[in-house]
Amino acid sequence: MHKKLLFNLQLGFTLLVCAFLIVPVVLSIMAGLTVNYIVGIESGLTLRWVMEVWNGYRGTIFLSIGISLACLVCTLVLGIPTAYVLARRQSALSRAIEELLVMPVAVPGLATALALIVTYGGLSGFRTSWLFILVGHVLFTLPFMVRSVLAVLMAIDLNTLEEGAASLGASWWRRFRDIVLPNCRAGILAGSLMVVTLSMGEFNMTWLLHTPFTKTLPVGLADAYASLRLEIGSAYTLVFFLMIMPLLLALQAFAQPRINKFVPEDDAQ
Amino acid sequence: MQRETRRLILLLLPAGIFFSAFFLIPMAELFLIGGTGKDGWMAYTAIITNKNYFNSLLATMGVAVLTTVVTLIISGISGVFLQRNKFPGNGALVAMLTFPLAFPGVVIGFMVIMLAGRQGLIGQVSNALFDEKIVFAYSLTGLFIGYVYFSIPRTILTVMAAAEKLDPKLEEAARSLGASPWRVVTDVIIPGLKPAFISAGAICFATAVGAFGTAFTLAARINVLPMVIYTEFTLAANIAMAAALSFVLGAATWIVLALARTAAGGTVAAAG
Repeated sequence: MHKKLLFNLQLGFTLLVCAFLIVPVVLSIMAGLTVNYIVGIESGLTLRWVMEVWNGYRGTIFLSIGISLACLVCTLVLGIPTAYVLARRQSALSRAIEELLVMPVAVPGLATALALIVTYGGLSGFRTSWLFILVGHVLFTLPFMVRSVLAVLMAIDLNTLEEGAASLGASWWRRFRDIVLPNCRAGILAGSLMVVTLSMGEFNMTWLLHTPFTKTLPVGLADAYASLRLEIGSAYTLVFFLMIMPLLLALQAFAQPRINKFVPEDDAQ
Repeated sequence: MQRETRRLILLLLPAGIFFSAFFLIPMAELFLIGGTGKDGWMAYTAIITNKNYFNSLLATMGVAVLTTVVTLIISGISGVFLQRNKFPGNGALVAMLTFPLAFPGVVIGFMVIMLAGRQGLIGQVSNALFDEKIVFAYSLTGLFIGYVYFSIPRTILTVMAAAEKLDPKLEEAARSLGASPWRVVTDVIIPGLKPAFISAGAICFATAVGAFGTAFTLAARINVLPMVIYTEFTLAANIAMAAALSFVLGAATWIVLALARTAAGGTVAAAG
């Protein structure tokens, strides 16, 4: 009986936590679709606010998609070779390099953005282009790509595989293309989803890096929250949810390949 | 072997150049600029000596510590519960608890406004019940709520992953030796989850110290360090002071995470 009570208490608590996280999301979705939020759902449902967001802030959506894809390309090009090197050579130096790479994630985005501005803010062509934001996003997301690929490379016996292929006469490029890349596919996929999701939502740096002509989605959100009515802010948030949802679902499906612990051992034989 | 090393260095080069040009050099520049204001290098001690900055440092630390403690308690209870008890709907609960994982700080701020803002749920309910509108979104309390909201999903994931590796036999052994459920929690489960708690706690702390979006959405009235830095930079145009403060803030956050990483033996990083 005691155990049952304990279970129910914990379940109740967890449901409360769930409500805390989900209720505001539901409220915001509702607010984005009702004619007047304060009057309530009786005032009727409408897509007017969503259309207003689409007309007024469409640019931010496309810019965010563009930047996150460009960011993905950059992190792939920079990150996979880095992870490969770190996996091949495990020394104090490679540990230090990994540590350094993670710094832009550990240091508040505000500090990184200020550092970029005081150093490159004078190059007006660069400062006002979306590339300036891209640089910040690549700094922030690169460690996630490197880590994710590195984790997979560490789990396989890379050296033996490569030596085997090399002894059969495969050139380095063939080994990289036919052995390394296929083996870290899962890591690349998980890292890519992470990079795109993070880039899409990055605000801490972007708020300082952006200009009136380079507004990303979260920057537009902050704008809308500050200056427009609640319904439009909500509708904008709804658009953001719709964009981020598929990424999140994919992340949950791919990013955490859980090994099922309860598989009976005879199955393996 | 020589060729191999050369190739590895070559492979590391693009990331190395990018990282040096856009992080190491700018950070060094930030450090130098921090010393060029009217206070010179004393700007770096202003966070302690200037009363306003020191107060916002205290407020920032207070919110961060409280966020960390509350998040760990909540996620500890729910995370272990969901890992230990498999019941219908378990997966749905986990999905809901981790759904806000990718929300940026601005959206989190908006969620707090939906809950406790001027047109928020709590205000409406309290207005209907007691004829008094309770609104606390635009204050330190609101910020605290927002950071807890932000931290719960990732902390629960960490706790669940750690609880999965915890051997249930240890708890059974403790129970069979006559330990009360409370003793089992304090002497078996919490020590077993300690590394996860340290690493997740450090992330909560670091994000609460450095995050900016949530405070920005809620109000300019909130006197936490990231807001102070932003104000110094934009309104006061005191770039040297903003640089010094953000360098100190960055260094402090990095040290906290590095210490936690040594203590927990895993990889720890902030996000958002």
